[in-house]
Amino acid sequence: MAEYQYLFTRMEVRGPLYKGIALDPSNEDRVTGSATFSHLLGKLGDAQLGPIYLGTAGVLSLLFGFIAIEIMGLNMLASVNWNPVLFIRNFFWLALEPPLPQHGLRLFMPLHEGGWWLMAGFFLTLSIFLWLYRTYRRADQLGLGSHTFWAFAAVVWLYLVLGFIRPIFMGSWSEAVPFGIFPHLDWTAAFSIRYGNLFYNPFHALSIVFLYGSVLLFAMHGATILAVGRFGGEREVEQTVDRGTAAERAALFWRWTMGFNATYESIHRWGWWFAVLVPITGGIGILVTGTLVDNWYLWAMDRGFVASYPTYGTLDPLLTPTLPPVTAPNTGAVR
Amino acid sequence: MAILNFEKKYRVRGGTLFGGNLFDFWVGPFYVGIFGVATIFFSVVGTLLILVAAAGGDTFNPWRINIAPPDLDYGLRLAPMALGGYWQVITICALGAFGSWALRQAEIARKLGMGMHIPVAYGVAVFAFFSLNIIRPLLMGAWGHGFPYGIFSHLDWVSNVGYQYLHFHYNPAHMIAVTLFFTTTLALSLHASLVLAAINPGKGRDVKGAEHENSFYRDFIGYSIGTLGIHRLGLFLALGAGIWSAICIVISGPFWTRGWPEWWTWWLKLPFWAHM
Repeated sequence: MAEYQYLFTRMEVRGPLYKGIALDPSNEDRVTGSATFSHLLGKLGDAQLGPIYLGTAGVLSLLFGFIAIEIMGLNMLASVNWNPVLFIRNFFWLALEPPLPQHGLRLFMPLHEGGWWLMAGFFLTLSIFLWLYRTYRRADQLGLGSHTFWAFAAVVWLYLVLGFIRPIFMGSWSEAVPFGIFPHLDWTAAFSIRYGNLFYNPFHALSIVFLYGSVLLFAMHGATILAVGRFGGEREVEQTVDRGTAAERAALFWRWTMGFNATYESIHRWGWWFAVLVPITGGIGILVTGTLVDNWYLWAMDRGFVASYPTYGTLDPLLTPTLPPVTAPNTGAVR
Repeated sequence: MAILNFEKKYRVRGGTLFGGNLFDFWVGPFYVGIFGVATIFFSVVGTLLILVAAAGGDTFNPWRINIAPPDLDYGLRLAPMALGGYWQVITICALGAFGSWALRQAEIARKLGMGMHIPVAYGVAVFAFFSLNIIRPLLMGAWGHGFPYGIFSHLDWVSNVGYQYLHFHYNPAHMIAVTLFFTTTLALSLHASLVLAAINPGKGRDVKGAEHENSFYRDFIGYSIGTLGIHRLGLFLALGAGIWSAICIVISGPFWTRGWPEWWTWWLKLPFWAHM
């Protein structure tokens, strides 16, 4: 076991900085000035940091994202009376809340009653859509497929359901999620309780299955590739189009272990679908909550899949009206 | 599926951890080995016990079956079979099967000249189960603190235990675990997308290699971790998710008994701003 296990790079070989595949002249220039090497990054992965391609869409995306974060941060700062120390102290508790319920789906309302939230959401959405365009455009310009674009589109679906589509179906922006660390966790817990325990929502269950499944798949895949690292197993494209001993051993490991194996290409299809189905099923689960189903526990009771528990003979007086009223034992305490 | 055409040359004897050549053969695609026999033994006994325990309940509906651990009154003792004893023996069978499976993976890895990454990674998942149903119950003093075996009943357990600590999202280790779960999934989608995009670039285009993959990630976010690095990152993130999940439940009860939102008061009470 004292041998090299491919967990960290032991010896870093440093060549000249690589500027990247030449782009078509219709593209703007890459930002090459700040490109550098990092010894520490090289321990885990590639040592080269940068260059980056920004372009108009990238710059606008960052700008709109910055504006959205500024609106959130300044609102939080205002909520602690512009005290910077309190801002840091209370940061996890601070929020930019969605509009008040009385404003419904109105687009214009007092800024402190939800106008700022709407504006932050607008700029954040613009930023996200420009970034989505970027995932398509950057891949296309290098002659790659658009798989990253579709994967990112899946999570944009969940984002839109939470902050845009479901609030529209419910008729009020107030249904949306607040911006803030603890506040968005509070929203999540309250949402589950309000709709009778989200664990009984089948789409939520599917989403969790795909989430845990993704982590399982990446653990299996990452471990497999590192385990065949000594055979050059990380060269996945080469192993896909021209199978070598790394691909054969990786495949046989799982075939001998569980009777089935993916291939160098298909493991990435498994991974892609598992990861992408997390936000797709999750978004469906959120969208039908409160719109189609009001209480998931009662819904599950109705369909007969709530777990079966033994009765211990304890009677609930509210459910057994024929019993005589319960009298409190005389303990001498003032009630 | 028939034997893969290159499989024969890899099917060699040896590399076992224990018992020499005993059970050193294949059945169909499966490698057996002494730990394969142990896995089959524990899983068959465990599954039969699940069925027997379910027969004592009022349903065979797989969504509704619930095999509960013993009542808290039994502490760390053995309970009568129908009152949690089944749960105890099933837990032993589960750990026996998981452990044998990990050792079988180690033997297969040795046969193929591979590293031990897969059995170690699998061991982390087993450790998370071990934390939930052995370590925490031991620290809490009763097997009744384990989770029940049942699809929706174990979800109820998660709900109930979560609300015992008022709001589990405020558990800092839970926060780290959830963040790692989401980050692993994000990394998986990005890695899988990139490899698929290089192998399937679209009609009329050549298959691309690592040079294009690196260029895309540098253009896209300013850094490309590389073909080896992404698998290290993915493995570390995934194992981190499992390890922090185990930590977040083991500290709940044995080391923190109040609501998790209250835990954060140490931050608010730091001396330089406590009186603001």
